[in-house]
Amino acid sequence: MNIHEYQAKAMFRESGVLVQQGFHCTTVDQALSAYDSLGSDVVAVKSQIHAGGRGKGDLFCPDSGDLVMQGGVKVALSRDEVRDFASNILGHRLVTKQTGPSGKMVSNLYVEAGCDIAHEYYLALLVDRERDSILIMGSTEGGVDIEEVAETSPEAIHKAWFDPSEGLDEEVAGALASSLGLSEASHRSFLEMIGNLSSLFVEKDCSMIEINPLVRTGEGSMVALDAKVSFDDNAAFRHPWWDDLRDISEESDVEVRAHEHSLSYVDLEGNIGCLVNGAGLAMATMDVIKLYGGEPANFLDIGGGADSESIIAAFGIILEDPRLEGILVNIFGGIIRCDMVARSIIEASEETGLQIPLVVRFSGTNHEEGRKVLEDSDLDVITVSTLGDAGEAIVNTIGGGSS
Amino acid sequence: MSIWINEETKVLVQGITGSQGTFHGTRMVEYGTDIVGGVTPGKGGQIVELPGRSVPVFDTMSEAISSTGAEASVIYVPARFAAPAIIEAADSFYELNGGGLIVCITEGIPTLDMMKVVSHLEKRQGVRLIGPNCPGIISPSDEGGCKIGIMPGYIHAKGRIGIISKSGTLTYEAVAQTMSVGEGQTTCVGIGGDPVNGTGFIDCLEAFQKDPDTKAVVIIGEIGGTAEEEAAEWSKDNFSKPIVGFVAGATAPPGKRMGHAGAIISGGKGTAEEKFAAFEDAGIHIARDPSKIGEALVSALVEAGLRES
Repeated sequence: MNIHEYQAKAMFRESGVLVQQGFHCTTVDQALSAYDSLGSDVVAVKSQIHAGGRGKGDLFCPDSGDLVMQGGVKVALSRDEVRDFASNILGHRLVTKQTGPSGKMVSNLYVEAGCDIAHEYYLALLVDRERDSILIMGSTEGGVDIEEVAETSPEAIHKAWFDPSEGLDEEVAGALASSLGLSEASHRSFLEMIGNLSSLFVEKDCSMIEINPLVRTGEGSMVALDAKVSFDDNAAFRHPWWDDLRDISEESDVEVRAHEHSLSYVDLEGNIGCLVNGAGLAMATMDVIKLYGGEPANFLDIGGGADSESIIAAFGIILEDPRLEGILVNIFGGIIRCDMVARSIIEASEETGLQIPLVVRFSGTNHEEGRKVLEDSDLDVITVSTLGDAGEAIVNTIGGGSS
Repeated sequence: MSIWINEETKVLVQGITGSQGTFHGTRMVEYGTDIVGGVTPGKGGQIVELPGRSVPVFDTMSEAISSTGAEASVIYVPARFAAPAIIEAADSFYELNGGGLIVCITEGIPTLDMMKVVSHLEKRQGVRLIGPNCPGIISPSDEGGCKIGIMPGYIHAKGRIGIISKSGTLTYEAVAQTMSVGEGQTTCVGIGGDPVNGTGFIDCLEAFQKDPDTKAVVIIGEIGGTAEEEAAEWSKDNFSKPIVGFVAGATAPPGKRMGHAGAIISGGKGTAEEKFAAFEDAGIHIARDPSKIGEALVSALVEAGLRES
C-alpha cells in the first residue's frame, strides 16, 4: 500500500526525521491560507498522487483534454503564484511517466516552505530479498532519476544493510554518511535521520521509503524534501491505522473489487480474458497466449480458496473489459475441484449473458467430471486438456492475435 | 531415494485442530505420510481423528517432538502466528534433535517477520525451512509416499526427476507434463513465491546433485529477484545433471505485482528474459513455452544419453 507525500512527511515529523513545515490542502483557498501561515518567501506547491515523476509531469483538463500546466510540482514566489499553481493542479489530471497516458486526477495538494539547498542527495530504504535484510541506498546525485544514476554513474550509489531484529549498526551508518561525503554537522544530522528512518521502517512495516531529494541545507541539516513510503500489505493486521491513510481513488476500481473477492487481478492491454488458479500458472497462461500470437487482457488468479461466488465475480470483472474477444479458463485442480468450477462457469455465463468464445482447460482434481458438466450443458464452450491446446484454441477461435 | 523426506519421515502438523490443518492432515495420511501428532496451543491432550489413526495434540512443539520422535513439521496456522510457529519449531528441533524440516504453507506472512525468521534460522544449523507460501514437498514411492503440503498427491509417481518451483499450480503443471512423457519424480519441492523465504533453488540443487536416483531436474522460476540467475551461475561448476528451466511472467508488465509478493519486475530487474538468458548461459535446457516443459525434459534426457527418444 502506498501513501501520499504529505502523509509520509507527517510520519517523518513524528519520528524525528527533519522535514520542512507544510500543509495539506484540498482547495485553492486552503493553499492561500497555507501560504499566509508559512510566512516564507518561497513555497513549493506539490501535487499529491501516488506516482513518481510529478515534477516533470503535465497537467491536463479532464474535460477538454487541453494542457493546463507543465510540471506538477512548482516553486511559488508570491501569493498570486500560489493561487495560479493551485488552480492549475487541483481538479486536473497529472500525467507522469509512471501514471500511464490517462494520468491521475489530483485532489490533494501539499504547500511547503522553501528550503535553503546546499546539495541534493538520494536516500532509500528497501527490502533486499537476496540478502534477506534491509538495504539502505544513498547517492550524492539527488533530485534525478535513480535508475539513470545506476546506469550512468553506479559509483555514485552507496549501499549499507541492516538486519531488522538487530537494528542499524552505528558504524555502518557512519561509513555510509562518510561515503556520501558528509562531515561534521551534516554527518551528525544524517546519522540521526537514518537511525530514525530505520526504526520507522521496522516499526511501521514499510516495504520502501524513498527520499529524493534529501537535501543538505547551508547550515548542515539533512532535510527530507520529498517522501515516498509504501507499506507491506501482509502486515496490515498489525496497523489498523493504515485504513485512515488509504486513498481509494488512487487504486483502480476493478482491482479493489477483485481484492474484495480474494481475487488477484491486473489489467493488461490485450483481448483475451484469463481466469486461472495460482499466480505462477496464471503468468504461464498469459505467456502461452502470447506465444500462440494472442494478447492477454488480464492477469487473474482466483486463489486456492475460490468458491462459486468468487468465480462468478471473477467472470463479471473480466467481462467489464470492452476490448474482450474471448476467455480462457485454465484450472489445475488441487484443493479446487474442476466440477465445482464447471458449475460456476455455467452459472456465471447465464448471469452475464456471455456472448464471446470460451475455452476451458481442466486438469487435476475431478477434471473429467468438470469437462462432462460443461459438455452436458447448453453452454457454447471448447474444452481442452493441455496448456498448449488451451493457448492454441483460444487464439484460433478469436481469429488470431489482437491488432 | 529422494531428498530430505521419505515414507519413514515422522511429521507433526502445527495448527492441526484448524480447518486447514485437519483437512490437509487427512489428505497427507491418505497419501501415506506418517503424521504422528499435532500442535495447537491450548488444545494439548485432545485427539484428532485422521484416516486409520488417532493422533495426539500437544500444546508445544517440544512436547510434541519429545513424545513422538517427529523429524518434520508442517505449518497451517494463520499468517499473524506463522513466524512465531516457525521459530518455535526451529528451536525445538534444534534443541531436541539437532535439526529438522519445517514446511510452512501459510500465505501472507509480513516480510519483516520472515527476515527475522531467516536470521534466527542462521543460528539453528541443521534446521531447514521450506516456504512460506508454498505447496510443500512430496516424495512419491511405489505406493503413496511422503507428502508434506497441499499438492494433489495422485498426479505424482515415483521416478528419476527432481522438480523445484516457486509456484503452486504451475508445479502441478510441470509434474503433469513430466508424467505425460513417462517420467516420474524423486522429490518435488515448492519453495514459494515470497521475497524472503527459507530453502532456495541452490539448496535444492545441492541435494539433488547428491541424490543418486535423481537423474535430471526441472526448475520453474518466476519473474522478480535474482534467485534463478544465481542458481544458473552456481550450477555451472557444481551441478552435473541435466536441468530444464522455465520462467513464468515473460508477458508481465514492469511494476505490476503478479499475485505472489515476490513476482514483480522493479527497476528493470528480475525479468523473465534475463533469467532465460542466465539459464542458457549455464547450459540449462530452456522451455520458453510452458506447455513444452515435458518435451524439453525429453530432449535433455536424450542428449544426456538417459533416454532413447
